[in-house]
Amino acid sequence: MNIPQLIDFTEASLDAAFASVRNEAEAAVAAPGFEAEQFRLEWLGRKQGHLKAISDAWLKAAPPEAKKLIGQRFNALKEQVEGFLIAASAGAVVKPASAGLDVTLPGSSQRVGVEHPLVKTMAEIVGVFQRMGYSVGLGPEVESDFYNFEALNFPPNHPARDTQDTLVVAEQEGKPLRERLLMRTHTSPVQIRSMLEQAPPLRLVIPGKVHRNDAADATHSPVFHQVEGLCVDTNITFSDLKGTLDHAMKAFFGSAVKTRFFPSFFPFTEPSADVQISCIFCGGKGCRKCKYSGWIELLGCGMVDPAVFEAVNQRRIELGHDPVYDTRRISGFAFGMGVDRIAMMKYGISDIGLLYSGDMRFLEQFA
Amino acid sequence: MNILTKWLRSYLPELSVDDRQLAEDLTLRGIAVEGEFDASCGGSRFEMDITTNRVDAMNHYGVARETAAIYDVPLASLAEGIAAPVAETAKGEGFPVRIEARDLCGRFTARVIRGVTVGPAKGLVAGYFAALGQKPISAPVDVTNFGWLAMGQPTHVFDLDTLEGGIVVRRAKAGEKLRLLDGTERTLVADDLVVADEKKALGLAGVMGGWDSRVTETTKNILVEAAWFDPSAIRASSRRHGLHTDASHRFERGADFNAAPLGNNLVTRLVVEQAGGEVVGPLVDVIVPEIQAKTADRTPIVLRVREVQRHLGTTLEDAAWQGGERTSGLSEAIVEQYLGALGCGLTATGAVAGEYGVKLPSWRLDLEREIDLIEEVARVYGYNKFADTLPAFAGAVVEQPHAEQERAIRETLCSLGFSEAISSTFTSAEEAAMFGGAAAGAVAMGNPLSEEAGMLRPSLVPGMATMLAHNLHRDVNEVRLFELGTVFTGSTAEVKEHTGLALGATGAAIATSLYGAQDALFYETKGAIERLLAKFEGTARFDAGPLPAWIEPGRGARALLDGEVVAVFGELSASESQRRKLRQTCVLAEVGANLLLRRALRQPVSRDISRYQAVERDFSFVFPDAVRWQQIDEALRGLGIAETQRITPVEIFRDAKGKAVAAGHYSALVRVVFQSNERTLTEEDLGSWSDKTVTALVGLGGVHRA
Repeated sequence: MNIPQLIDFTEASLDAAFASVRNEAEAAVAAPGFEAEQFRLEWLGRKQGHLKAISDAWLKAAPPEAKKLIGQRFNALKEQVEGFLIAASAGAVVKPASAGLDVTLPGSSQRVGVEHPLVKTMAEIVGVFQRMGYSVGLGPEVESDFYNFEALNFPPNHPARDTQDTLVVAEQEGKPLRERLLMRTHTSPVQIRSMLEQAPPLRLVIPGKVHRNDAADATHSPVFHQVEGLCVDTNITFSDLKGTLDHAMKAFFGSAVKTRFFPSFFPFTEPSADVQISCIFCGGKGCRKCKYSGWIELLGCGMVDPAVFEAVNQRRIELGHDPVYDTRRISGFAFGMGVDRIAMMKYGISDIGLLYSGDMRFLEQFA
Repeated sequence: MNILTKWLRSYLPELSVDDRQLAEDLTLRGIAVEGEFDASCGGSRFEMDITTNRVDAMNHYGVARETAAIYDVPLASLAEGIAAPVAETAKGEGFPVRIEARDLCGRFTARVIRGVTVGPAKGLVAGYFAALGQKPISAPVDVTNFGWLAMGQPTHVFDLDTLEGGIVVRRAKAGEKLRLLDGTERTLVADDLVVADEKKALGLAGVMGGWDSRVTETTKNILVEAAWFDPSAIRASSRRHGLHTDASHRFERGADFNAAPLGNNLVTRLVVEQAGGEVVGPLVDVIVPEIQAKTADRTPIVLRVREVQRHLGTTLEDAAWQGGERTSGLSEAIVEQYLGALGCGLTATGAVAGEYGVKLPSWRLDLEREIDLIEEVARVYGYNKFADTLPAFAGAVVEQPHAEQERAIRETLCSLGFSEAISSTFTSAEEAAMFGGAAAGAVAMGNPLSEEAGMLRPSLVPGMATMLAHNLHRDVNEVRLFELGTVFTGSTAEVKEHTGLALGATGAAIATSLYGAQDALFYETKGAIERLLAKFEGTARFDAGPLPAWIEPGRGARALLDGEVVAVFGELSASESQRRKLRQTCVLAEVGANLLLRRALRQPVSRDISRYQAVERDFSFVFPDAVRWQQIDEALRGLGIAETQRITPVEIFRDAKGKAVAAGHYSALVRVVFQSNERTLTEEDLGSWSDKTVTALVGLGGVHRA
C-alpha cells in the first residue's frame, strides 16, 4: 500500500487522508477471496502492517502541533480496521442492500406436514371437555348389536333403527341378534362400555370414527367422525346439561356464541334435545351460511334414558359387577356432535369427500 | 308433512297469535316448523319436521292439541264436531266383521254407504288439497286422506259390491296372492295381516288397500274401514314388501286405539257430503279387550313432582329467586296444567304431596314411564326457560393410555413434512388379499357400499396407494402423506382391531452426497422412520427382509425395534404401480403403530458436553458392494476406542462406467470424530487411532485411497 506523505495538516485534509485509508481497508474486507488472517497480517501486523506504516509515516513524522489531531484520527482508524476484521471473521459483513438481494423473492423453507383438519377439530373439541374435567374414552369401530343398539334402547325391529343405516359384517345370521357385528353407527356404544367398566361418577368425552350406509355426496360420507360426551353422577340435571354445553360452545366458538335447545328424539336420552348455536358467521343476524335463520344446528343431547342405565345394570349383573347405576339416585346426560360438519363449517369446506381424499392441494391449505 | 294454519285454527277458535309466532313456539317445543309459505286457501302452509316418536302430532288435530297446551287455549272436540256419530239414514244390519288375528288387530270399525256418485272432491276438501299440493283422486278416496290429515287415523274405502261376505281380519295364507292399489301383485307370507272377505284377501292391513276392491268411478256402494293394527306386525309387513305408506307410517308407530270410530264417522260424514248416498245401518265397532287394555286403558303410572325437579334442575325462575315467596318454575300447578292439556288424566294419590296417578292418553303410546312425562313437562315448559348450571364433580380424570404416543407420532411425521390423511375404512377383496397377511385374516362386509369396499381394510397400505394415485392422476407430483387409523384382521366370527400407520411418498426427493436421485425417496422414508422410532424406547435396526409382495424386490427394508419387526417399507412393486397406472416411483411404509403405542416414549437424558476439542478424521476407501455400512460401523466401533464420538458416511460414489471406481465397488468417505471428556487429544492418540481405523477397514476388504 502506498502511503502518501502528509503535507497539509488542516483537519479537513487529515480527515480526507484517513478516510481514504479506511475505505481501502473496507474494500479489502469486502473483496472476493478475503481471508481474515491475511488481512490481520497486512493491516494490523506489528512489524509490517499498514497501520504500523501509517503510524510511522504520519504520526511519528508529524510536527508537534499536529500530533494530537493525527493521534485521535489514528486511534479511530485502528478501531475501525479492527472492527472490520471482527465483523468479517464472524461472517457478518454488512453488505449494502443494493448488492443484489431481491427481498421480494419467496424465502426458502422445508416442507411442513399438515395436521388433518378433522383430527385438529376433534382434538380441539376434546380439549374443551378435558379442561372441564372429562376423561377421554375410546372404543372399537366394529361393534356388536348389543352395544350399538340394544343397550342404547333401540329394541329389535324398532323404527328408530331405520334412522341409522347400518353397515354390517358378513356371516352374522347364525348369531343371536345382540352378538351380531356391525360398523358402529355412532360413538355412543362407548358410553355403555365405560359404564360397564366404571361406577359413577363418570365424565367422559369420546372421539371416534363411525360408519353408516349412506350414499356419498357433498355433505354425506359413509365414514365420518363424532365426539360424544357422558356425565353421570347423583343429581345431574337437565339444567346441568344446558350449562355444560353452553359453556363448551362458548369455549370452542367464542364467548359471544349463544345456544338454544329444542326438543328432539333419541332412543337413548329422555328428555332429548337438539342444540343450535347463534351463527358464528353473522352473529345471528342471518346470512347464507345459516340459511338466514341466525342459528346453526350443531349437536344432539339429552338426559340418559333410565332404560340405558337399566340395560347397563342388567349387563353388569351378567358380568358379575354390582348394578350401581341406580336410577333412583343416579342421573346423567349425554351429547354428541358431528366433527366433519363442524370442521366443514369452521373452514368453509364445501365437499365432505375432500376430507377423505388425501388430496395434497386440499391438505396443504391447512398448513 | 304439511300443516295449513287455516285448517289448524279451525280446531283452536280462541288462538290469537300470528302464524310466525306460532311457528317459532311450536318449533321450540319439538313440533318443528322447517318452512313457512303462503297457502292458496289463506293463512300459511307449514312444512313440518316432526320426530319419529311423535306420530300423534303428524296431523292437524295433533298439532292443534300441542298448540292448545302451549298457549293454554281451548281445543275443539272432534267427537262433538266433524267426527261426531253419524246417524243411519237408511235401516240396515251392521256389516259383519270378524277379527281372527286378535293379537294383531285390536279394533275394526265398518260402515256401509249405499248409492254414492263418485266424482271429484269439492269444497273444503278440494281447497285444502290444492293448498297442500295433495293429488286429488276421487271424492271418497280424497276424503280418507282428508281424515288422515285431519286427525291421523288411516281409513280405507272398499267398493262394497266387490266383497263376498263379511270382513275377516286374519293372517295371510302363505303364498296367497294379492294385487295392491299400486298395481303390483304381491305374494304374501303367513305373518302378513290381511283384511279379507270370506273368500279372498282384500288389502294388506295397515299398509295398502287392494286393487280389485278399490273405489272407482263406477262404484255405487261403499264400505268405510277404520281400524287399529299392531305396530310391529305392520312394520314387518311394510318392510317385507318394501311399502312405506302414510298408513304404515302411522300404524307402525302406534295409532290411537280410540280414533278408529272417530275416523270412520268423519269419513262417512264427508263421503255423504261429497258423493251423496245413504248411511245404512249402525257403525260396527269390534273391539279386542286385551289390546284395548294395553293401549287406550293402560294402568295409570306414578308421577312425582320431586322427580320432575330432580331430573330437570334449575329453571330461570328458580335462578332469579331472591327470597320471599317461592314460585318454582316446575310447580305442581305447572305439571298439572301441561300434562292435562296434553290429554293426561292426573289424580293426586294423596300418599305424598306432589304425587299423581296419571292416566295416559290413548294417542300417546310413546308415553309409558314417569321419565316420559317428565320430558313432556320440560318440553311444553320450554327448554330455554331452564337455567345454565354446571354440575359439581368429584372423581378422577383418566388419561387415555396412548394419547401421548399418538401425539408424538403425529408431531414427528408432520415435522418431517408428512401430512395426515384419512382414507376409506374399506378395501376390495383383491387388495385385502394382497396387502393383508394371510395368517391374520380379513373381514368381509355383509352389505358393502360397493364391490371395491367389500372388506374391512387389513392394512392402511392400499388406501395410501389409492391416495398417492389420486394425487398423481391430478398432476400433483410431490406427495408426503401418513395415515394413523384402525385396521381390521381376524374373521367375521371375531374381528380384531388395532392401530396401524402408513406412510406414502412420491416425487421431489433430493439426491445427496450419499444417495443418488433414484434412491433418495427410499432414504427419505427411512429417515422418517428412524426419527419416528427414535421417539420410542428401544434400539432400532434395519434389515432387508423378508418383505411383503407389494414391495419391489431389492427395494425395501424392515425396521426392528429391540428385535421386533415394527415396520416394512419400500418402493411399491412394479406390477402394482402398473395396475394403478402410477407414472413415478412411490415409496410406502407400513408401521405397526400398535407395537409402538405399547412402548414408552423415550425420555431424553442430558449428558455433559466435553470442554475439549473434537477432532475429525476422514478416511477414503473403496469397498466391494458386498460391504454394507453396518459392517463398517460395527468394525470401527469394535475397535473399542472410547473417544470415538461419531462414525458417519460423508460421501458414497459409484461409477456406472467403472472408470473412477471399478464395477461392483464403491468409494466411501468415512468420517470419524474423536473427543475426550478428560483431556486434549494428542497427535500420538490420533495417529494410532487412524492406523487402527485403516487396518480395520482394510480388514473388511477396503482399499485405502490415501
